[in-house]
Amino acid sequence: MTDASISRRVLLASMAGVLGAHALHRAGIAQVPGHAPPDPTKVPGAPLSELGQRSPFERPRRIPMGNGHSSLAPLQDLYGIVTPADLHFERHHAGVPAIDPQRYKLLIHGMVERPQLFDLDALKRFPAVSRLHFLECSGNGTPSYRGIRPNLSPQLIDGLTSTSEWSGVPLAVLFREVGVKPGAKWFLAEGEDAAVMTRSIPIDKAWDDALIAYGQNGEALRPEQGYPARLLLPGWEGNANVKWIRRIELADRPFMTREETSKYTDPLGDGTARMFSFVMDAKSIITFPAYPVILHDRGWWEISGIAWSGRGRITRVEVSTDGGKQWEPAELQQPVLPKCHTRFRSLWKWDGRETTLLSRAVDETGYVQPTLEQLRNARGLGTAYHFNHIRAWRVQGDGAVVFGLEG
Amino acid sequence: MRGTVAGLVLALVAGGCGRGDRGAAHTGSPATYGFGRAATTEDISAWDIDVMPDGRGLPPGRGTVPQGSAIYAHQCAACHGPTGTEGPSERLVGREPRQGFPFGSDPRFVRTVGNYWPYATTLYDYVNRAMPLNAPGSLKPDEVYSLVAFLLWRNEIVADTAVMNSQTLPQVVMPARDRFVVDNRRGGPEFR
Repeated sequence: MTDASISRRVLLASMAGVLGAHALHRAGIAQVPGHAPPDPTKVPGAPLSELGQRSPFERPRRIPMGNGHSSLAPLQDLYGIVTPADLHFERHHAGVPAIDPQRYKLLIHGMVERPQLFDLDALKRFPAVSRLHFLECSGNGTPSYRGIRPNLSPQLIDGLTSTSEWSGVPLAVLFREVGVKPGAKWFLAEGEDAAVMTRSIPIDKAWDDALIAYGQNGEALRPEQGYPARLLLPGWEGNANVKWIRRIELADRPFMTREETSKYTDPLGDGTARMFSFVMDAKSIITFPAYPVILHDRGWWEISGIAWSGRGRITRVEVSTDGGKQWEPAELQQPVLPKCHTRFRSLWKWDGRETTLLSRAVDETGYVQPTLEQLRNARGLGTAYHFNHIRAWRVQGDGAVVFGLEG
Repeated sequence: MRGTVAGLVLALVAGGCGRGDRGAAHTGSPATYGFGRAATTEDISAWDIDVMPDGRGLPPGRGTVPQGSAIYAHQCAACHGPTGTEGPSERLVGREPRQGFPFGSDPRFVRTVGNYWPYATTLYDYVNRAMPLNAPGSLKPDEVYSLVAFLLWRNEIVADTAVMNSQTLPQVVMPARDRFVVDNRRGGPEFR
């Protein structure tokens, strides 16, 4: 690159600052949302910017649900395994709190040798790690279990799951710092939101792989994901990953908060209810082709989707293009990481006839994603949370793809 | 705590192992880094609001059903309905069905404080920390005890003469207390 070319770029960047995008557009040297010149090679492109934007032609959006408590990530619009931070699903119990990072503190107390307060600078000074993990609300998939209807997209069925690269300090490092007393078996995690959300967590999860995360996909956590710091429990139900975490209290027993008794317990068909059902079992969903896609042509199509397990790595995903009579292994795209979305792909030649597409995931424990019937038999029609059964897409003769029952 | 929940606690701690050098991020990690600062008693008491089933964490104070009825009408009824059954927000009152615990098999039954919540102390903890929705954390201990007394009475769990305080509340036995079981999913080939 010559000095002259640098000068021109600097000049254009300066012009952008002085004239603004509108003036640049009138001058014919910049794009505005939704517009592109007939031949982009015949006009200079847009200048540098401090903050990148999506192409104005791309409009992936979360869908906020009517209950005001959650919004769904657009699974069908995403490539690979990572969820852009601004499209990560939301689940809040009393809205998104505004927290000043300068005033933020994490308190660790209870059955510890040295009760301690950590501000954000102190948290960031500890040895840190970055890891890719999925995060999924345990209520994800409810519309696929009861009241199934055909006009459901991957987003509307399973949009309460997302994958990010999380950065933070291992909770084990902080527990070592404060000195855990013998007999401490659980800890309470409490948020700084208006729900002051609380969950009890077995202490072994802290020694295993829990994080106090402050980074998400290379930047600070988004407010909707817990800015400035949250608990991250890889593979465990989203609710237990307390956002905006301000307090951890160690104890010899669980605290029996509302969110682990009245909510996030799973009533079973045998007249009991399962408590502390933390782990998200293996699951998969085809995200293409899926409603509202219409296949305009018979012939070759690539079936693609995501699979994940809270117990470790996905070892196999099988796809059926005939309603479950035959299953073929799909290709797993690298990286295949533990407790993380895994992208699978499978080539399919559609003959133009009506059929049903299915996927089923297998994880490293040998667990096979169950059918809807198997899950209903195991837990009952009225159960709640952890709906990880096989999802089915009905391909109609006209190419329209709708959500549907297996077979 | 007893029965199934005591079993649960034991089951989940059974996997504990020797402490060793857990939490050492690097070879040669110091015993402590010395980051942060010691929390004072005041630091802790300002935030330590949780209440446990055995009553730990309950503050001084007391409340009655009539007092709770008046506070409920003023602070809660707009969202939860005049009698705790109408909504639009979560239904708080209801004992149906009187027999059994069929929520897993029959999605028609609505889970309420009376038919599903296993611990009365959780009511205090939650109302105190998160209610009312437009002014969370604004209720005084006497008001929270009163609301708890009222809701327990509405759910036919205590008498209309009941007085709730740090001694009486942990003794209230909820109808659903023994319905909860350990998570027995372990991965592998079995569906549970």
